[in-house]
Amino acid sequence: MDEEYDVIVLGTGLTECILSGLLSVEGKKVLHMDRNDYYGGDSASLNLTQLYRKFRPDQTPPTELGRDRDYAVDLIPKFIMASGELSKILVHTDVTRYLEFKQIAGSFVYRDGRISKVPSTQMEAVKSPLMGPFEKRRAKKFFEFLQGWKDEDPATHQGIDLDKDDMKTIYEKFGLEPGTQDFIGHAMGLYLDDDYKTQPAREAYSRIVLYTASMARWGKSPYIYPLYGLGELPQSFARLSAIYGGTYMLDKPIHEIITDADGKFVGVKSGEEIVKAKQVIGDPSYFGAGKDVADGGKVRVLEEGKVVRAICILKHPIPGTEDADSLQIIIPQNQVGRRNDIYIAMVSSTHNVCAKDVYVAIVSTIVETDRPEQELAAGLQLLGPVYDKFISVSSLYTPTSSGEADNIFITRSYDATSHFETVVEDVNRVWKAAVGTELVLKKRDVEPEA
Amino acid sequence: MSKQFQFKLVLLGESAVGKSSLVLRFVKDQFDDYRESTIGAAFLTQTVSLEDGTTVKFEIWDTAGQERYKSLAPMYYRNANCAVVVYDITQTASLEKARSWIRELQRQADPSIVIALCGNKSDLSARRQVTEEEAKKYADEEGLMWGETSAKSGEGVAEIFTAIAKKLPLTAPPSARSGAARPGAAARTGGVDLNKQANTQAGNEGCNC
Ligand SMILES: Cc1cc2nc3c(=O)[nH]c(=O)nc-3n(C[C@H](O)[C@H](O)[C@H](O)COP(=O)(O)OP(=O)(O)OC[C@H]3O[C@@H](n4cnc5c(N)ncnc54)[C@H](O)[C@@H]3O)c2cc1C
Ligand SMILES: Nc1nc2c(ncn2[C@@H]2O[C@H](COP(=O)(O)OP(=O)(O)OP(=O)(O)O)[C@@H](O)[C@H]2O)c(=O)[nH]1
Ligand SMILES: [Mg+2]
Repeated sequence: MDEEYDVIVLGTGLTECILSGLLSVEGKKVLHMDRNDYYGGDSASLNLTQLYRKFRPDQTPPTELGRDRDYAVDLIPKFIMASGELSKILVHTDVTRYLEFKQIAGSFVYRDGRISKVPSTQMEAVKSPLMGPFEKRRAKKFFEFLQGWKDEDPATHQGIDLDKDDMKTIYEKFGLEPGTQDFIGHAMGLYLDDDYKTQPAREAYSRIVLYTASMARWGKSPYIYPLYGLGELPQSFARLSAIYGGTYMLDKPIHEIITDADGKFVGVKSGEEIVKAKQVIGDPSYFGAGKDVADGGKVRVLEEGKVVRAICILKHPIPGTEDADSLQIIIPQNQVGRRNDIYIAMVSSTHNVCAKDVYVAIVSTIVETDRPEQELAAGLQLLGPVYDKFISVSSLYTPTSSGEADNIFITRSYDATSHFETVVEDVNRVWKAAVGTELVLKKRDVEPEA
Repeated sequence: MSKQFQFKLVLLGESAVGKSSLVLRFVKDQFDDYRESTIGAAFLTQTVSLEDGTTVKFEIWDTAGQERYKSLAPMYYRNANCAVVVYDITQTASLEKARSWIRELQRQADPSIVIALCGNKSDLSARRQVTEEEAKKYADEEGLMWGETSAKSGEGVAEIFTAIAKKLPLTAPPSARSGAARPGAAARTGGVDLNKQANTQAGNEGCNC
């Protein structure tokens, strides 16, 4: 380990692996380390033995759940937006060759005590109970307005300025009911709370357009999911990094982040070994997160909030979903008197993540009280009988500085959103800080379908 | 039409035993005396035609150096139909390493995987440390295929891949192979292919709003 590297990357979560892969492709000499003996960090997918070891160290998995190797249970539930930023990176870097994707069969939304599918076809929309006939007409006008929007053509603006007017103003202009607003903002805009309504409408506009474009891409739902679980994603970017010369060391505890007198990064210490590099990129757990004493007395990360997640093993599909093999259910906060939405993400053997006739649902929300598990009740009761349940409460950490001053670049924890858009935002942020330029993904040449 | 099979083949073995050189010889019939450790291309395909008209397409996964510090990802073994475990006949220690990779494969990979043990650098027989008898005996005990190769001279390289190709379709029916290989597998398993341009797939049925 006497070599000197351009960048040391600590932790093999998805954010770190994407950065490591892109940096290696760029020609940087990367050393990528993880304290665990498996890839993925917090974004790993675990087999049954690993799952029980993590949550119930003194219990072996019940044999009736089937073979250990059939399982890949995600720790953090997220889906990929078909037309989102992660899809673009996957295609651009060509790591799609290591992965296989399937659709998520449906996206559902909770309304007045029951769940309904977010329509993905005109047929479904006609039958959807989510809006009455008059409301559908108003919604039509609203969607036509969004779809027709052209920045350069004021005739399409109908007096609205997306960068000044807020979403509330636009909802009111089209006379949309509160239930429809919940549906649009939470089931399509994928906002976790209602703060967006008083923000300039530009972002909500982009999110709704992304949702509908993703929905249009494959039908059924806007989401796709990798076979064998989300843990395949970091592994595929790690492979990309390795192919371009990145060096991988797993099972390496990091004992110290070494800095010089000015606090600038020098290297990392593992056991008696010291490896030096110009820069370090890592997840918050390598920089004092969750520890009482920060390294060298410096506070590098702060807790922003907590997420509670319940990994539930079911032996049946979720009731009221026409036996969907995979789905998302969004429970908008207004519907259950909360400030943050509750999400359910479910996958099954269709995606090679568990044995046949088993379904793995993760219910999650942002913690608002000191009894986090109870906050999931509205989600858990939609599942029917739960065979087994693993609860975790994780803190969300964010770095205190951008890293340019000390060459220490820290990524953010995986948040409560249902997709990877914020992960890619973080990749862009760290790239810009560490490399000094915007991350530009060139379009790959793809043959259009015959 | 004659039968076409596609299989995923993984290479394993200590660093510098010649894994990438073997692939280069097999796929491009080239050799490079001053090869750097694997960089850039670690995903190649090569087709072998058998006498009965069957063709076998190997999708070859090189380790990309992730084995150096025992950091191979499970993704690497996943759905591998065959593995070539390479040692260097001039390095006894590399056979020890090969044994440990074989144990790892027996634990992690699909039980039906075909494993070939390959003693590379046979052109350097003057410096031989591992005898043919010793390696063959071990391979027989473990039920592995075995052969010696020289990526440099080309000797034995085509032979070992052809021998694997012959063994493969016989050990499992093609139907059991769906999903074995990733590229192009999407169509067979009802998956989606991200590389297809947006809006060409479901545009007719999807939401046009
Ligand atoms: C979440 C959601 C997504 C929808 N997506 C589409 C879509 O992609 N394409 C589509 O043609 N229709 C969509 N619809 C609406 C649905 O197509 C109409 O309800 C249906 O066409 C019946 O129209 P109608 O004239 O019989 O009755 P009405 O219900 O009176 O509808 C009148 C017109 O409004 C339009 N409309 C109403 N609501 C929406 C909406 N939410 N989004 C877009 N247009 C709307 C319809 O296209 C229809 O032409 C969607 C509805 C919902 C709730
Ligand atoms: N004489 C001789 N040299 C060989 C042969 N095969 C490979 N070499 C040399 O051995 C060295 C290592 O070969 P590689 O193909 O890079 O080995 P590798 O197993 O892919 O190494 P890593 O990528 O580091 O894991 C190179 O210098 C090759 O030229 C062979 O059959 N005979
Ligand atoms: Mg190599």
